[in-house]
Amino acid sequence: MESFILQILNGLDKGAAYALIALGLTLIFGTLGVVNFAHGALFMLGAFCAVTLNRLLQVSHVVLDETKTDFLGNPRKIEVPYIQDWLGETMGAAIIDWSVPLSIIVTIPVMILIGVIMERGLIKHFYKRPHADQILVTFGLAIVLQEIIKAFFGANPIPTAAPQMFAGSFDFGVLLGFDPFTVFYPYWRLIYFMFSMIVIGAVFAFLQFTTFGMVVRAGMADRETVGLLGINIDRKFTIMFGIAAAVAGLAGVMYTPIVSPNYHMGMDFLVLSFVVVVVGGMGSLPGAVLAGFLLGILQSFASMSVVIEAIPGINQVIIYLVAMVILLVRPRGLMGRKGVMED
Amino acid sequence: MTRSNFTRRGLLRTGAATGAGLALPTIFTGSAWSAAHSGYTNAPEGGTVTLGFNVPQTGAYADEGADELRAFQLAVEHLNGEGDGGMLQTFSEKNLDGTGILGKKVEFVTGDTATNTDTARSSARSMIEKDGVIMISGGSSSGVAVGVQALCQEAGLIFMAGLTHSNDTTGKDRRANGFRHFFNTEMSGRALAPILEANYGKDRKAYHLTADYTWGWSQEKSMRTYTEAMGWETVNTVLTPVGAGDFSSYITPVAQSGADVLILNHYGGDMVNSLTQAVQFGLKDMQANGKDFTIVVPLYSELMARGAGANIKGIFGSQNWDWKLENEKGDRYKGTNAFVQSFGTKYGFPPSQAAQTCYVQALLYADAVTRGKSFNPCSVAEALEGFEFDGMGNGPTLYRADDHQCFKDVVVVKGKEEPENEFDLVEIVDITPRDTATYPVDHPDFQGGSLGTCNPGA
Repeated sequence: MESFILQILNGLDKGAAYALIALGLTLIFGTLGVVNFAHGALFMLGAFCAVTLNRLLQVSHVVLDETKTDFLGNPRKIEVPYIQDWLGETMGAAIIDWSVPLSIIVTIPVMILIGVIMERGLIKHFYKRPHADQILVTFGLAIVLQEIIKAFFGANPIPTAAPQMFAGSFDFGVLLGFDPFTVFYPYWRLIYFMFSMIVIGAVFAFLQFTTFGMVVRAGMADRETVGLLGINIDRKFTIMFGIAAAVAGLAGVMYTPIVSPNYHMGMDFLVLSFVVVVVGGMGSLPGAVLAGFLLGILQSFASMSVVIEAIPGINQVIIYLVAMVILLVRPRGLMGRKGVMED
Repeated sequence: MTRSNFTRRGLLRTGAATGAGLALPTIFTGSAWSAAHSGYTNAPEGGTVTLGFNVPQTGAYADEGADELRAFQLAVEHLNGEGDGGMLQTFSEKNLDGTGILGKKVEFVTGDTATNTDTARSSARSMIEKDGVIMISGGSSSGVAVGVQALCQEAGLIFMAGLTHSNDTTGKDRRANGFRHFFNTEMSGRALAPILEANYGKDRKAYHLTADYTWGWSQEKSMRTYTEAMGWETVNTVLTPVGAGDFSSYITPVAQSGADVLILNHYGGDMVNSLTQAVQFGLKDMQANGKDFTIVVPLYSELMARGAGANIKGIFGSQNWDWKLENEKGDRYKGTNAFVQSFGTKYGFPPSQAAQTCYVQALLYADAVTRGKSFNPCSVAEALEGFEFDGMGNGPTLYRADDHQCFKDVVVVKGKEEPENEFDLVEIVDITPRDTATYPVDHPDFQGGSLGTCNPGA
C-alpha cells in the first residue's frame, strides 16, 4: 500500500510537468491551429530563466583572505556577491537561496515576450501552410534555441537548488497511519504539484471568467464569426501564444530543483507531451491536463522494480502502449472534439 | 554517325555502382587505411603529428569530458615545451624533452562522443580518415571506450583509454592496440569492501541502482561479489537508463525494500541526480533494520562531488587518483603536485581524476613512441607492455603486458563533512596498495576475450 501511494505521488509531479506543457501546446493548437514543436524549448528556456537569475544574484567581487590558502598555496580568494554588500549578508544570502521561486516574477514577462516574438516573427507566416511545414519550422526553431542555450551555458546540467527551507521530505506515512519513513516525499515535489494546480486553475479561470477568455474561447470555436464582429482575434491569439509560452516557462522554472537544467531537457519532455496532447484529445484543455497526470502516474508505476522484472523495459514504452490502446478505443483521445484535426 | 553505347538505364546502373563504391567506408579503401607509404596507419609526415582526443562534450558525462579535454590540451603544451612542464619533471622516464614527439610538434583534434558509442565511433573514424590522427585517447564511458578501442584495433591505431572503469575494457573486450591507465570495478570492489565492513559491519542489506550498460553491470557485479563475500545480502538490483534525469520512480521503492544500504552504480551527471534525489527522498535520514540507512557510490570523483554538493557528505567511494594525494600521503605520489600546479594555474581549479588519467595517458604514449623510436602502433604497444613507471601521481605503476591494464594503488574516499572550500569536498580515507588491488590474469570476470595481435593497419 505504501509503495502504491508513493508511486501515485511520484506520478503527480511528473504528470504536473506533462500537464503544464501539454496545456500550452493545446492552447496554441486550439487558438492558432499550429503544431508547435518548439514548446519543449520554451520549457527549457523557463528553466534557464531560473539559472540566469541565480547566476545574476551571485555576481561577485573577490576578497583576498590572507589567513587562508587555496589549493595552490596562494591567499584564498573569497567571492562575495554584490547583493550581500548592498542588502547585508543575511538578506543577500536569503535572496540567493530563494532564487528559484523569485524567478517566477522574471519568467512571466520574459516568456510572454519570447512567445509574442516567436509568433509574430516566425510562426504567423506558417498559419496557412500544411501542418508538416509548421512542425518542421518549429522543430528547427527548437534546435536553434537549444544551441543558443548550449553556447551560453554549456552542455552540462546545472544544479539549481530549491530554497533550503524546502530541502527535506514530508512523512506521509505518519499522517496516514503507516510506519515512519515508509511514505516519504520531498517538499519541493509537493510544491511543484501544488504550483502546477494553481497555474492550471489560473489558466482555466482566465479563459472561463474574463471577457478576454470568452472572446478567445469564441475564437477557438469559430474564428471567422468573431472576426466579423469586429474583434481583432489575431491579436488575442498572439497574446494566448505568449501565455502558453509563460505556462511552459513556469513549468521549467519550478522543475529546476527536481532535475538539473540542461539544454536538452525540452526535447526530453516534448515527445511525451505530444503524446499527452493526442491522448487527451487534440484541442481539449481538460483532456491535456487529465492525460498529463494519467500518463505521469502510469509511467511511475511502470518504473517499479516488480513491474520491470515482470516486463523488462516496460517503463520506457508504457506511455506509448497506453496511447495506442486509448487511440484504438477512442480515436479522438480521452476528451477530443469532433472535427479537430480531422480535415 | 557515332552511336553511343550509353543508355539511360546503363548510366543509372553505372552511377549506382560507382556511388555504392564511394559510399563504402573509406576506412577500408582510403590512403589513410592502406598506409602503403610507411607500413602503418597515418604515419606522420612533415614536422607535426596529430593526436585525436575523443571525449564526451555533451550528455551525462560532459563534465568529465570537459576536464579530460583540458588535461589533453595541457599535455600537448608540455610535450611541445610550453608551460611549466607539469609531470614531465617528475616522470621516472626522462625521454621527453619538450620538443614534441620524436622531434615533431604535437597537434590535436577533438571530437564529441556525446556519451554514445555510435557517435563516438563515427567521431573517431572521422579523426582517422580526415584528420590523419596517429593515436586516439578519451572516454568517460566504458561503452564508448570499448567501441572506440575495437575501431582503433581494426584501423591500426593505438587507443589510450581515458576514464573507463568497466572490467570489460581490459577484460573480455581487450585489444592489442588498446591500453588503460584508469582502474576498474574489480579494483574498486577490492578497495571498498574492507572499509565498508569496518564502518557498517557484516550484517547489511543492499539495494543496487545500476546504469544499464557495460560499466554499470560490471560495477554491480564487482560490488555484489565483494559485499556478499563479507556477509551483506543483496535485496534487489534495478537497471536504470543512462541520462534518465529523474530517478525518483527508481528511488521510491528502496525505502520499502527492506534494504539498509543503497549502492548507486551511477556516474557523472546521473550520479549527481540520483544521489541528490535519494537524499531529497530522505534516504540518508532514514532508519532501516534498526540501523542508519546509508548510501555508497563505488566510483567517485571530485566533479561529481561538486555537482552533488552537501549531499555527498559521509558517502564512501573509490577513486583512481585525488589532487590532494601527495600533500596528504607523501612522496610516493609525486607528480601529483606538479600536475595540480600546472592545471590549477591554467584553469583556476584542481584537476579531476578524469583529467589526471588522460594527461598521464598522453605522456605515456609520447614516451613509448620515444623509447621505441617509432610511431608504429606495434612499436608503441611493445614499449608499453610490462612498462613499470613512477612519478605520475599514482605511485609505482605497472602496465601489465597480459591485458594492457595499469596496476597501482587505489584511493578510498568519503564525502567530507566539513569542507574548507569549494574544492575540498572529498576526504582520503584509505589507500589500497597495488598488491591488494592486483588480480590474477585468469580472474573469471575478465575472461571471454583475448588481446589478439597488434595491428599496425598496413
